[in-house]
Amino acid sequence: MSGSKQRPSILDKSLSRGRTEVSLTAYALLFSEMVQYSHNRVTSVNELHNKLSELGQRVGVRMVELLFVRERNYKRETKLLNILLFSLFGKEADKLDRATDDERIYYLIEKEPLVNRFISVPRDKSSINCAAFIAGIIESVLNSTGFPAKVTALWHKGTTFMIKFDDAVLTREKQLEGR
Amino acid sequence: MSRQSMRANDPKKVSGELFTLTYGSLVAQLLKDYENVDDVNRQLERMGYNIGMRLIEDFLARANPAFKLYLGVSPSIGSWSPGGDEFSVVLETNPMAEFVELPDHCLGLRYSNIMAGVIRGACEMVQLEVMAWFIADQLKGDNVTEIRVKFVKRLEDAIPAGED
Repeated sequence: MSGSKQRPSILDKSLSRGRTEVSLTAYALLFSEMVQYSHNRVTSVNELHNKLSELGQRVGVRMVELLFVRERNYKRETKLLNILLFSLFGKEADKLDRATDDERIYYLIEKEPLVNRFISVPRDKSSINCAAFIAGIIESVLNSTGFPAKVTALWHKGTTFMIKFDDAVLTREKQLEGR
Repeated sequence: MSRQSMRANDPKKVSGELFTLTYGSLVAQLLKDYENVDDVNRQLERMGYNIGMRLIEDFLARANPAFKLYLGVSPSIGSWSPGGDEFSVVLETNPMAEFVELPDHCLGLRYSNIMAGVIRGACEMVQLEVMAWFIADQLKGDNVTEIRVKFVKRLEDAIPAGED
């Protein structure tokens, strides 16, 4: 292919309307390749989780940009609970809990997240949870909308995402409530 | 409503944008891990091959054009070679490459190379050895995205013993 051709600038194209859909099979197989690839390049479960989370974070950042521009008319979200719901990209979580002993921690429970539906976990490494990918997406959505947090995927009643916000987020939330 | 937008309504479907972004994240990771675009092209093709081998079973279980079924696009088939053993799959829009712009140092990257691998893997499972490669890519300024597929040979050996 000749290098002289003028490549189109992505900014000249109009933003997609987001109506396209692909089959779950295609997505599941792609995700499975991603997990295998990551798995081949790490030595511990922890590293695998980090790797998957990293992959998810790149998705999350872009999603925030896309959704806020297209669907929200550039309006930002300032309420903690709203952003939590937003970060699930439209799905109702099976359950959202708040830790009783630490107000910075939220638990978001999903019995069977999309990505885990076709994953069988090896018996000797039962702590592997490929939803770390989703955790990465949630984390980067929260971080890039000004709610810094750490998100981890755990096995508990299906999959539980543990979301731990920075102190600053709680402080600000309280100030907002006071108004 | 934004809450609906990244999630498809049909449980057998996934939002095309989630798919695109996920694939993009994978390519970015490969570029980071390998640095050499030729290796990335190869790795993508290999992943596609693995996917194709498993996809074909799912495909044979339904009667639907594969591209429409899995990616929601309908390519046109054409440009047959005189010998009838080579043709092109032409995509007007490429769902894998939405939101993508190739930076100058990645011009050698065949971004959607995974598709070529999928075609090769899927055909091999039905005893057809083919070669598949990209000859035009919208990311590189072409009007369409075009994959060339060439029939190599029938894989007779792979028939399990006692079949005939």
